Amino acid sequence: MFAFLANPDRFMAFSRRAAPGFGILAAVLIAAGLWFTFTAPEDYQQGDTVRIMFIHVPAAYLAMFSYVCLGVASFLSLIYRHAIADAAAKACAPLGAGFTALALITGSLWGKPMWGTWWVWDARLTSVLVLFLFWLGYIALRAAIDDETRAGRAAAILALVGLVNLPVVHFSVEWWNSLHQGVTVFAAKAENRLPPAYLIPMALMSLGYMALFGSLWLVRIRAEVWRRRAQVLALQAAGG
Amino acid sequence: MPDFDTGKYAAYIWPSFAVSALFLAAMIADSLARARRWKREVEARTKDRP
Repeated sequence: MFAFLANPDRFMAFSRRAAPGFGILAAVLIAAGLWFTFTAPEDYQQGDTVRIMFIHVPAAYLAMFSYVCLGVASFLSLIYRHAIADAAAKACAPLGAGFTALALITGSLWGKPMWGTWWVWDARLTSVLVLFLFWLGYIALRAAIDDETRAGRAAAILALVGLVNLPVVHFSVEWWNSLHQGVTVFAAKAENRLPPAYLIPMALMSLGYMALFGSLWLVRIRAEVWRRRAQVLALQAAGG
Repeated sequence: MPDFDTGKYAAYIWPSFAVSALFLAAMIADSLARARRWKREVEARTKDRP
C-alpha cells in the first residue's frame, strides 16, 4: 500500500476520488452522530454536559491517531526518503494541532461545571498539553529552516521523539491517580462500559471525525504535491 | 426527537459545540483553499511553458 502510494501520480489519482469519498462519509456520520447526541438521555451525574463528551472524546482520539500518522509518515520519510511521506507528515501537523486544541478546549469547558475548575495539572491533561506543544514545535521547526529537505528531516526526528508521549497520554489515567476518568469505551469490565445510548453517538462522532481527518489529510497532501510542482516549474522557468 | 434544551449547563455546552464547528470549518476552508491555490499555480505555470 505504502509503496503503491509513494508514486506521486498514483497517489494523486487515488486521492482525487478518496478525498471527496471520505468527506461525504464524514458528513453523513457526523450528522447522524449529532442526531444521537441530542436524543441521548441526560446522564444521572453529568446531566446535559455528557453531550460535550461526544465532541471531546472524538477530538482526543484524533489528537492521538493523527500523531501516530505523523510518526509513521516521518519514519517512512526518514528511512525511505519518500517525497509523499514527507508531504504527508507536513500536511498532518496543522490538522493534528487543531484536533488536540479542540480536545483541550472542550475538555476545559466540561471540566469547569463538573470539576469546578477550567484546568488542573493532572497527568492526562498535562500529557495532552505536551502533545499539543509537540505539534506546535513540529510546525515551528519546519518553518524555521529554509532548506526544505533539512527541515523535513529535523522535524521528522522531533516527531519520532514525540511518539514517546503517546503511551503516557493513553496510560496516564492508570499509572497515576487522576481526576480524569479512566477507560470507559474499551473498558475490560462490562459494568464500566458505556451504555448503548452513549456509545452510539460516541462511535458515530469518532468515525465521522476520523473520516474528516482522512479527507482533509489527503486534500492537504495534494496541495503540498502541487506546491512542490509549482516550485519546480518556477525554478525551470527562471533557469530557462 | 432531538432535545436542544441544555438547561443550566448551556453556557458550557453551546460554546463547546460552537468552538468545534469553528475549528472544523476553519480546517476544511484552509485545506480546500490551499489545494485550490496550488493547483491553479501549477496549471498557470504549465500553460505558460513554451
